Amino acid sequence: MLYLRSQNVISLNNSPIMSKDNEILEEFTSKEYEHGWSVNYEADEAPVGLNEEIIKWISAKKEEPSWLLEWRLKAFRTWQEMAEPNWANVTYPKIDFDKLRYYSAPKQSNKPKNLNEVDPELLAIYERLGISLNEQKRLQGIAVDAVLDSVSVATTFKGTLSKLGIIFCSFSEAVKEHPELVKKYLGSVVPMTDNYYAALNSAVFSDGSFCYIPKGVRCPMELSTYFRINAANTGQFERTLIVAEEESYVSYLEGCTAPQRDENQLHAAVVEIYAAAHAEVKYSTVQNWFPGDKNGKGGIYNFVTKRGICAGDHSKISWTQVETGSAVTWKYPSCILKGDYSVGEFYSVAVTNNYQQADTGTKMIHIGKNTKSRIVSKGISAGKSQNSYRGQVQVMKRADNARNFSQCDSLLMGDRCGAHTFPYIDINNPSAKVEHEATTSKIGEDQIFYCNQRGIATEDAVALIVNGYAKEVLNQLPMEFAVEAQKLLALTLEGSVG
Amino acid sequence: MLSIKNLHASIEGTPILRGINLEVKAGEVHAIMGPNGSGKSTLASVLAGREEYEVTEGEVTFKGKDLLDLAPEDRAREGVFLAFQYPVEIPGVSSTNFLRTAVNQVREYRGLEPLDAVKFLSLMKEKMKLVEIDQKLLSRALNEGFSGGEKKRNEIFQMAMLEPTLSILDETDSGLDIDALKIVSNGVNQLKSADNATIVVTHYQRLLDYIVPDYVHVLYKGRIVKSGTKELALELEEKGYDWIKEEIDSAATV
Repeated sequence: MLYLRSQNVISLNNSPIMSKDNEILEEFTSKEYEHGWSVNYEADEAPVGLNEEIIKWISAKKEEPSWLLEWRLKAFRTWQEMAEPNWANVTYPKIDFDKLRYYSAPKQSNKPKNLNEVDPELLAIYERLGISLNEQKRLQGIAVDAVLDSVSVATTFKGTLSKLGIIFCSFSEAVKEHPELVKKYLGSVVPMTDNYYAALNSAVFSDGSFCYIPKGVRCPMELSTYFRINAANTGQFERTLIVAEEESYVSYLEGCTAPQRDENQLHAAVVEIYAAAHAEVKYSTVQNWFPGDKNGKGGIYNFVTKRGICAGDHSKISWTQVETGSAVTWKYPSCILKGDYSVGEFYSVAVTNNYQQADTGTKMIHIGKNTKSRIVSKGISAGKSQNSYRGQVQVMKRADNARNFSQCDSLLMGDRCGAHTFPYIDINNPSAKVEHEATTSKIGEDQIFYCNQRGIATEDAVALIVNGYAKEVLNQLPMEFAVEAQKLLALTLEGSVG
Repeated sequence: MLSIKNLHASIEGTPILRGINLEVKAGEVHAIMGPNGSGKSTLASVLAGREEYEVTEGEVTFKGKDLLDLAPEDRAREGVFLAFQYPVEIPGVSSTNFLRTAVNQVREYRGLEPLDAVKFLSLMKEKMKLVEIDQKLLSRALNEGFSGGEKKRNEIFQMAMLEPTLSILDETDSGLDIDALKIVSNGVNQLKSADNATIVVTHYQRLLDYIVPDYVHVLYKGRIVKSGTKELALELEEKGYDWIKEEIDSAATV
């Protein structure tokens, strides 16, 4: 038996370069966060603090069945025994979980039965973010679940989807309307005790999206959830559960923003994906939480657990993420390749600027035979940020002919940022074929000058070069999202030339 | 069109150009020749606005404007084009996409409407013929994996697309075989008009068989030490640079 474990740690802190670059860099990194505004609305809030009473309060508020309350309490008791993970390459002050608020929802006198009954002020928040919840105005082809702080405020195109047997609704609604499905799959991919933040989420999760694609159905439109944090000093703990039955297909998008605030806010979400035989799930994220200001003040702590299981043969799960926001990111969307011939993919662009810290990557666990995985990670570091790729490829004993290809590229801008790569490879089957490629490069002055000489302004040159670098990942995004992501990359890096 | 007066420039404190004087009028082709290290490429880079060179003295006016006062991109938009000796690679960015960005930024500066995709592509088709460049090359990432000849051809193609008033060709002949040299020169000649001017920087006379200069200048130790017509280039081809070096160096010691 072949047993191979390698743990290479490659860290690279950029060496000083010419001061001219730094001048340009200074000039650039002053770009403001676009979604930093907040709105005052009357809120229905849980008292500050975390204890069993609060969890009962949340569960009661949501009129949950007793099994779910028990599940939450069990998670909470486990969480209390757990220690906060400290292995990630990030530093931040200790979070005082007793000072946070775990539930905040806009007050709506009556539960809206459809979009027309939703408070126009809430819809206006999404309009301002460029997310129209008006089905008529909306481009056909994308259904949205809008989550504001702790609750889902609206879900579009439910009618159209339900005709195909597709369930797309808020998590709370799913608990009420489809308890058997929720009970069956909740915690089946990410167990409540999986890790510190997953356990916390399991105890206090407030809302999120639920999606069920029945056997043989190809979802005709993109499904998406748009998360917005509005309230101050409140954590957002949403849960997303996607179940794709045999031979079904769905493409799912997730977007997020938050107001600019001086204090840090916690976002600890859990996403679970279940794919049955021959099912395919594509999950795309454009994450633009408030990253903190240019001095590193404020910003979101984005501690997220995302995992999918390719339970059936020939199933496929593909994660694509464009991460530009958050002060600290800790996130490893993963695939458990259980079914034979199942495929897992991870495409990522992670950008850090100013004082942002990102420790992100993936895990590919090969269990079934002839399973394949592909990892393409593109890190971009600018300002004084630290950007780490952390990935694990594990090939289990019976996973004959497993294949993995990993590519981890880092792009550095300026001389005060860091790029780090932590690949872990664990192979227990001699027929496995695992490839790992890595590059580190810098946006060259030569490249920028070349663009300048053709009449292209420096900012546009950087956008062009960065988008070229990230192209392989951006190409994986649905068209409309790809355009957004390109703009976002340019905006995030505006002014960080090196 | 271009007037260079007493231009001094240095890099990291080392003087490279030590008093260049040059007048270029519309319709003219000037060749700048000289031995290695004489400052030929530095002159090209300083005119294009490369930041690592510091201009310590002198002035350059282009179409009546102070060229040294303009940012590199504005120089380009005003009509200065540099065909690079070593064009850089930009992975993931197709030549087409790159040029469309460039052409439209130049047009915006000149107060023109941006070209839509259809108009842009037809302009590209028209200009592609000039340098016999394959469309396949233009859909690939800019200069990535291009051969030396393909890179140079792409430079001249970009020149055709941007329609500059002053083109500076920096050692465009280096790394070209004779067929590629003919194609590139032919492209340059077709772009020549009474309204634009060309500065050809080269080490060898060979290129000047195809791009015939009106004036030839010899650069040595950061100064133009000899000017003449195309016959001067032939003389240099025959005798090398040593006789000029000796002439200048002995004059300096006297």
